[in-house]
Amino acid sequence: MIADLSFWIFSDYAVSTAIKLAVVMLIIPLTSLILVYVFLFKMMAFMQSRLGPMEAGPHGSLQLIAEALKFLQKEDIHPDNADKHVFALAPIIVLMSTFLLYVVLPVGPDLVVEDLDTGIFYAMAVSSLSALGVLMAGWASANKYALLGGLRAAGQLIAYELPLVLAVVGVVIQAETLSLQGIVHAQANWEIFGIGSGMPFIVTQGIGFAIFMVAAQAELTQTPFDMPVAETELVGGFHIEYTGFRFLLFFMAEFGTAFAFASIASVLFLGGWSLPFVDPTANWLNIVGPGVMLAKILFLSMIIFWVRFTYPRLREDQLQKFAWKLLIPAALANIVFTGVFKVAF
Amino acid sequence: MAGISGYVKGLRVTARTAMRTMFPNGLKRPPSPVKGSVTVQYPHEKDEPAPRSRGVISLVEEKCTACMLCSRSCPDWCIYIEGHKVKAPPRRAGGKARSVNKLDRFDIDYSLCMYCGICVEVCPFAALFWSPEYEYCEPHIADLLHDKRRLTEWFETVPDFEPYEDGAEVKVKKVPR
Repeated sequence: MIADLSFWIFSDYAVSTAIKLAVVMLIIPLTSLILVYVFLFKMMAFMQSRLGPMEAGPHGSLQLIAEALKFLQKEDIHPDNADKHVFALAPIIVLMSTFLLYVVLPVGPDLVVEDLDTGIFYAMAVSSLSALGVLMAGWASANKYALLGGLRAAGQLIAYELPLVLAVVGVVIQAETLSLQGIVHAQANWEIFGIGSGMPFIVTQGIGFAIFMVAAQAELTQTPFDMPVAETELVGGFHIEYTGFRFLLFFMAEFGTAFAFASIASVLFLGGWSLPFVDPTANWLNIVGPGVMLAKILFLSMIIFWVRFTYPRLREDQLQKFAWKLLIPAALANIVFTGVFKVAF
Repeated sequence: MAGISGYVKGLRVTARTAMRTMFPNGLKRPPSPVKGSVTVQYPHEKDEPAPRSRGVISLVEEKCTACMLCSRSCPDWCIYIEGHKVKAPPRRAGGKARSVNKLDRFDIDYSLCMYCGICVEVCPFAALFWSPEYEYCEPHIADLLHDKRRLTEWFETVPDFEPYEDGAEVKVKKVPR
């Protein structure tokens, strides 16, 4: 029995799974550290002619660690009327959906936790789990602002889930695969009318890219679409009653998901870890690939946060109108055109 | 479609401000946001407050007659005044001895004060003045009650009134030094 167990523990599968788990567990807090420091603290401050945090570490680079420690010290408060178990579970579900997203994200020819055949379908499916967590948080908080925020979040996340998925379909038609690794390889080997090699799909899927980025902005509840947390109207929306560690979980999930969506967009439209004119099976891409991917992710998150710090919040009806009357028809038209071109050429 | 240009303009404004803050010496020079930002890093460097800014209220004790006008007009009731009457020598030789108010206590509770400045406005004897000093926070809220001595000390920091613009009919107030 003991021998069996030790055999299982040291099996290749168990060891590689443990390593992958450790890497993902390490990467998610790291991604929110990077995004929050580079964009939320510094880029936003520069856009407002100020410096942002400057005290903790050189140029305030350790500020977020200080903040995280502060959150950990705080008391875990829950309201008297709150549905305690649901209240406690909600942030974990939101963070869980973020963690699950990282399972399929490839950063190199061999660097992926699990290259599922239905990778992008899986990613879209688990990313919508967070809507459930947000709705649970809004309902269980026993607070009218939280409930309003949760309902708004549910309406918004469901409305923007559609254009997000429909924008992906165009890429899937073109790549002829649902696997994220397959989509990267398809782009690395793709030629447009015999010109170039390894062109990213943004060349033909520009509309799809625009729709995906707008819908991702809404899925992430970043500012022009931040009605669920609207501070000025809802005093924080669904996470109004959360303190300390549970608030930190929401916070980490927000930026971890932003990073994950930026990387999905870079895989779908910008070629992921591959470089143009480079053989995508080369082994050295395992080392360079993550850097290439990170550069693309940072570029896309810069766009996300740039938009976030520039525009004021939409109204709830404008938000719904934008999704149903503009984005979804445009995404459907994009699918039709992509399909026609795919068959014709 | 006409709306799009507005959105682009907005993005350009934020981007340009960010670049100006990051590269105040031009794009070819190394970034220096410390120079490019309009804010100062407070505890290390301090911005000079405007000379008429409402930092703290100072008292000229000898001018005060304990008339209680400031205390009564204070919306927060944060000024505490106590006094007693004393005989003062007559103004002219052979006259009757005058009775004047001697100030025993003049406290302002800055934990209640809302810096409206009504007390300064209402004082008929020009005994209260605004000072731009602002660094007097305390770890204990009770220590924010500034007594007569402390309020008098603030008077050293009161700046002179600046002249009004040309053609103003109101005379510039004087700070009694």
